[in-house]
Amino acid sequence: MGKDSKLILDPLADNNPITIQVLGICSALAITAELEASIVMSISVLFVLGVGNVVISLMRNIIPSKIRIIVQLIVVATLVIIVDLVLKAFAYELSKTLSVFVGLIITNCIIMGRFEAFALGNGPWRSFLDGIGNALGYAIILIIVGFFRELLGSGTLLGMKVLGDPIEKTGLYAIGYEDNGFMLLSPMALIVVGIIIWVQRSRNKSLIED
Amino acid sequence: MEHVELFFKSIFIDNMVFATFLGMCSYLAVSKKVSTAVGLGAAVIFVLTITVPLNWLLDQYILQPGALSWLGEEYASYDLSFLSFIMFIATIATMVQLVEIVVEKFSPSLYNSLGIFLPLIAVNCAILGGSLFMQSREIATLGLATTYGIGSGIGWFLAILAIAAIREKIRYSSVPAPLRGLGITFIITGLMAIGFMSFGGMLTGGDEPTEANDKAAQIETVQDNSATKEIANNTKVID
Repeated sequence: MGKDSKLILDPLADNNPITIQVLGICSALAITAELEASIVMSISVLFVLGVGNVVISLMRNIIPSKIRIIVQLIVVATLVIIVDLVLKAFAYELSKTLSVFVGLIITNCIIMGRFEAFALGNGPWRSFLDGIGNALGYAIILIIVGFFRELLGSGTLLGMKVLGDPIEKTGLYAIGYEDNGFMLLSPMALIVVGIIIWVQRSRNKSLIED
Repeated sequence: MEHVELFFKSIFIDNMVFATFLGMCSYLAVSKKVSTAVGLGAAVIFVLTITVPLNWLLDQYILQPGALSWLGEEYASYDLSFLSFIMFIATIATMVQLVEIVVEKFSPSLYNSLGIFLPLIAVNCAILGGSLFMQSREIATLGLATTYGIGSGIGWFLAILAIAAIREKIRYSSVPAPLRGLGITFIITGLMAIGFMSFGGMLTGGDEPTEANDKAAQIETVQDNSATKEIANNTKVID
């Protein structure tokens, strides 16, 4: 049991897919201007990676190694189509915000990376745990970035005005606080992730690169 | 003119890396040396130039709602657009394999420089992203789709070349230890993206409406006003 829980807990911090393995950066940066979009994106990746890892793990002995990339892509693409259709049916506005980035889950390196590195060599249950663990590690970074960008950029969290009303000058705005609109622009996502990496590596010196 | 505009727009304003963050994984992984960065960048231009027009044809003649009408009347109501992800990625993966085989056969020297990067490209989000943006921005003709493919490829190439050059130089400066490697690369990319945002105003210069247009617009608004007045009057009458 100890080994299995390691599969889930490791990717949350010391083997985080984004900050350590450098996988799946594209979507982490592009859609994190709002917390809600980050959460939905994390759930989508959780579904695709969890189910995909199990499917690939079940098929691992019958996939010829030469065409495995195509097989993996087809499995991911099918799962992503399901996610896309579900989002369009139940959260149409949000699927417009995410636009092409739902489709880009297909080429999200986390998914291909975990298929190659884990699901092709392990049984379904362990692959499932690995998929969930890595998706949660991805989700943590997305939610941290989304939290700070939405809070500092528009003063809201999940659309609720937590810092007071900027027009009626209540809450923090009463003492002269201003939203930093720059946080909503895409370059700040890169810088926020850079700072997360900085914090993480100063806490755990063994992760520092030469 | 349309082509020139789209070309520069896709290189600078909608730069794949700095505006939409596509292909970040390989951008970060392969940018340690300029020579390898050039190899991967060239391969991306190459594959984008082929796959974007090809996927445009697929989209136009198979996937769009009503695109199948060339097969006959009874197919005109089909809408296969939900299949676009799987079709695009299949085209890309196949084309990458095909390009690899052709290049290996006809130009071993090019194969040696591009070879190891080609399989990487099948799962590069910049390639699929190019096709998906082509679809969502509704690019009108095959020619424009090709221009868009080349332009986005060159934009990606410029980005990886620039970051590789900076990373080669930054090795000699004393970056704080926890930031070394990945951290500082992220922050530099962020700063470069801020720089690239200044290109945003590049294409707005020629857009001022001419006088004739203005007059037409004024007439329209006048008509609109009278129309709304009429409606208001009518509602009053009803009231």
